[in-house]
Amino acid sequence: MTAATDPVSLGAAEIDGGELREQTRLEKAIGPEWARLLKGIVTNPLSVTGIVLVFLFALIALFAPVLAPPVNDNADPMQIPRDGFRAEPQPPMSEWRRNTPQTVPWWYQNIWPRQEEWVHLFGTTSGQYDIWYGTIWGTRTAFFASFVVTVAATIIGVLIGALAGFYGGWVDEGLMRVVEIFVAFPFITGALILASLLTPLFGRSIWPATIALIIFGWTGYARQLRGDILATKERDYVLAARASGAKDSHLMLQHVIPNAMFPTMVRISLELGAVVLSFAALSFLGIGLPEGYADWGQVVSFARSWILSLDQHWYIIVFPGVALLLYGLGWNLIGDALRDILDPKLRGKKA
Amino acid sequence: MTAYIIRRLLIMPIILIGVTILIFAMLQVLGPVERSALYVRDVPKNERQVEAIIRRYGLDRPFYIQYWNWLVGTVDGETGERVGGVLRGDLGFSRSGREPVIDVLIRRLPATLELAIWSMIPVIGFGVWLGVKSALNHNKLFDQVARVFAIIGWSLPTFVFALLLLLVFYAKLNWFQPGQLSTEFAQEVIKPGFTQYTRMMTVDSLLNLRFDIFLDSLRHLIMPVLTLMVIQVALLLKVTRSAMLEEMRQDYVTTARAKGLPEKMVVNRHIRRNALIPVLTVAGLTLAGLMSGVVITETVFDYPGIGSWAAAAALSLDVLSMLGYALFTAVLLVVANLIVDVMYAVLDPRVRLS
Repeated sequence: MTAATDPVSLGAAEIDGGELREQTRLEKAIGPEWARLLKGIVTNPLSVTGIVLVFLFALIALFAPVLAPPVNDNADPMQIPRDGFRAEPQPPMSEWRRNTPQTVPWWYQNIWPRQEEWVHLFGTTSGQYDIWYGTIWGTRTAFFASFVVTVAATIIGVLIGALAGFYGGWVDEGLMRVVEIFVAFPFITGALILASLLTPLFGRSIWPATIALIIFGWTGYARQLRGDILATKERDYVLAARASGAKDSHLMLQHVIPNAMFPTMVRISLELGAVVLSFAALSFLGIGLPEGYADWGQVVSFARSWILSLDQHWYIIVFPGVALLLYGLGWNLIGDALRDILDPKLRGKKA
Repeated sequence: MTAYIIRRLLIMPIILIGVTILIFAMLQVLGPVERSALYVRDVPKNERQVEAIIRRYGLDRPFYIQYWNWLVGTVDGETGERVGGVLRGDLGFSRSGREPVIDVLIRRLPATLELAIWSMIPVIGFGVWLGVKSALNHNKLFDQVARVFAIIGWSLPTFVFALLLLLVFYAKLNWFQPGQLSTEFAQEVIKPGFTQYTRMMTVDSLLNLRFDIFLDSLRHLIMPVLTLMVIQVALLLKVTRSAMLEEMRQDYVTTARAKGLPEKMVVNRHIRRNALIPVLTVAGLTLAGLMSGVVITETVFDYPGIGSWAAAAALSLDVLSMLGYALFTAVLLVVANLIVDVMYAVLDPRVRLS
């Protein structure tokens, strides 16, 4: 970066507490802004907790076949295996009688050396779906839904926000009215209706809820980016670049977007946590996914037929519910820390 | 300021028209044959009947003509009378309820309003109080605890929390029950001796001087209100806290302190008053959050409001009920946002004078 593009960096040295000092190796490698970000994130206990949580879930998703072996190689791994069809749920550690996976994982035999039989570690729901399997493989659904929705919503939102913020005038006016129309629907309401309308079109699968969440999820990015761009556009160095004859596309890509990017990153990490909650809420209501699909919201929804005896059937709610909470918490902790680090008003103060 | 309010008032109809177009566009996801099923009460017996319905309601015509028909109604070819038309209050026929959508909406609305009002009060009270207190104790223990609480509340899946409440307070302790009233009172309120003035149980029971029913309905409200509160309190806390911190850094606060004003006066007269302006906007958003929240909350607690109705409609693909609900909530939010914006303009001198 040159001095013209970034007002913070002054060649090789940076102003810090009124004194000039040499840049550290990290700052040279990835630039001062990113260095500050990285340093802030690994020193804040809250964001470290968040990173550890997300990393653990990533490991679980990656090693799902080892942790919860599918019944056989031909079965769809996202479909939870069921031990018969009885309505009465079974408590954790109960025996797995029918439809048992062919392999007992090695880690399990090592922990309980005498036990050769594979059991329902977390119990079963009504209809005998294995909760352990649903919780482990549900991690993949969570990652898939939150990443696909967030990436797609970010792309749409950034494009629209950038167009509106950069061109202004009637383009801005028109696009912002479109945003307001989408915002008029309470988020879950819009997504719920669209997802249920899309279900006959796509069949029961992961797609109806995903697409519905994308279509009602991009507005926040668009609004935020537009605001940031409007603020950045008035900065002196952008005006200078414009005065020296830079093209619109050059201005946008080189100056405006990179500066408005950090707030968008904060939003992305917060949204990763929020999207998974909305997705689980839709599948809890029974919209979109086929019955028995490995998803946390779906597993929890089985508890609804046992409201009167929930104290005996607590395991249907608690295991997938805690997974859902921790996954959302992980991303929210990261996002919250990012916001504090990137907030220019809090800069230079001990957080 | 007047120009601003007039501008907002002029934009509102545009947004409302956009909302109806978006709702109607969503309906186009279904093909004409599926949509024809929405207009009949019984399953059509053969293809010819289906085609007749498609032709009668113009379901194969261009989008804009269908939209217009949906908005203002169509003239029936056989009888010559005007049928349908959202603007005329005809939202269609609810398949699951077997009655007009507008009737279901009106019948179920009071219960949801009651829930929303009872939630709003503690949400705003707690949220603002916690936010102000943690800003004043910036980075001290109270602030840290409140902050962690906010992040957890924000990450908490509503339906899991609701089910946990049921687990503890219903299945285990049996203090509170799901639903709106206990069975014996539910039968009593439909008897002639009990007048339903507003159809909000807490209000009606007081007007009928039945304190036992009042207490019973309160007992049924506690769990759904708690569920709706958690997320909204977390949101309001966050916003109030950062608004307070923002104001505390302003020059006029330093001036006030330098003049020797007691700290209490600085906080009450200067900081809090200004910090509550952005909070007002969020209080408007709280309504949106609550309208989203009632769908899940009412479903879990089996509460007879419009939220559980919408969820059931979505599940049974009762499209006209769903669209009626969407239209209602969207109009509600657009109007609420307008009110909030106008209040913001009146209260904030920076907006007022520009």
